[in-house]
Amino acid sequence: MADLNELKYTYSLRLGDDAWILSHRLSEWCSNGPFLEEDLALTNLALDLIGRAQGFYKYAAELEGKGKTEDDLAYRRNERQYFNHLLVEMPNGNFADTIARQLYVSVFEYYFFNELKNSSDETFAALAAKTLKEVKYHMAHAVDWTIRLGDGTEESHWKMQRALDSLWMYTGELFEMDEVDNELLQQCIAVDVIALKAKWQEHIERVLKQATLKQAEDAYMQTGSRKGIHTEHLGHMLGDMQYLQRAYPDAKW
Amino acid sequence: MVVADKTKEDILKLLSQIADPEIPVVTIQEIGMLRDVNISDDGIEVIITPTYTGCPAMGIIEADIKALLHEHGYDATVKLVYNPAWTTDWMTDEAKEKMRKYGIAPPTHSSCGDIAAAEAEIACPQCGSKNTEVVSRFGATACKALYKCNSCKEPFEYFKCH
Ligand SMILES: [Zn+2]
Repeated sequence: MADLNELKYTYSLRLGDDAWILSHRLSEWCSNGPFLEEDLALTNLALDLIGRAQGFYKYAAELEGKGKTEDDLAYRRNERQYFNHLLVEMPNGNFADTIARQLYVSVFEYYFFNELKNSSDETFAALAAKTLKEVKYHMAHAVDWTIRLGDGTEESHWKMQRALDSLWMYTGELFEMDEVDNELLQQCIAVDVIALKAKWQEHIERVLKQATLKQAEDAYMQTGSRKGIHTEHLGHMLGDMQYLQRAYPDAKW
Repeated sequence: MVVADKTKEDILKLLSQIADPEIPVVTIQEIGMLRDVNISDDGIEVIITPTYTGCPAMGIIEADIKALLHEHGYDATVKLVYNPAWTTDWMTDEAKEKMRKYGIAPPTHSSCGDIAAAEAEIACPQCGSKNTEVVSRFGATACKALYKCNSCKEPFEYFKCH
């Protein structure tokens, strides 16, 4: 069995990566939002996620004990060393694509952090309690927009439906457990995500019904991110995100 | 360094004059961010907690704390803790009233579970009318939402309950 600190390091890194990569995606909306208030909303979500990533990266660095900072973890790794879910690296696409991604992710995170706040690890529990308060607002934002677009015009309806359908294949991964999850679950540190699947699905179904949209049909589910296997999109994104730190190592403001 | 002549209460009192950089009418103590002070042979350690995980004001607050204590001849370290998670329940009534006078509707409900219910009856800080509506849940800072008053027609910010 791997050392407990090593397992917690991996777990914290994964949670940091999920927040960090989604944060960067949302920040790409800055100055491109459909209107000013929405531009602010999306960048507000991005800011919450940066803060969350910082918390989990700090803890990961502490557990690793090699004197790294949260910035080293954010900027100094290659594609294969990131463990975020594939769903959060999906490009923004049009506004409906972004909202569909936000809906799937935020409903999942709502149930996830609701469990993680009871973790026997104090730091995970504290970060989860904090995050949960923020996620409630993220979820409300995604749900409102899903209903507004789904039950909106003919065009907004089909765009929303297409977005939900095309992202569906990346949602299967959210409910996978590997050896890290299982070993930490035995110690009451990690969340049993398999047990969250039914609640998540029911919640999504309820929202989609109200939005006059259909649940995507079950299809092949893509997987791999927890092993560092990503879609083509992550590398491009990291190229953009890490440019400054790579070109000017240790650059400071 | 000599800290023996000061008690924890003295230091807390000193720090309680530091204003929140984003809402300068209230202090970091009134808003509930200043949690504790530890005095040991190693010096002064100030414990603060963020309102939001990504609150960009934390860096400024840390610098303000260090600068103020330095002015009084102390070197301090500032530690950020997440546990227990900050809640708007820690905001004092005085702070809420100052905020309202400043033009920001203070948080009403205590650590709400139901966002929609909490948003339903926000009183306008200008005229007091509860005939108000949300323009956007996300304002100029993470902690505030944008509202408009249907009675006096003024836009205003609401400090979200958290
Ligand atoms: Zn009014």
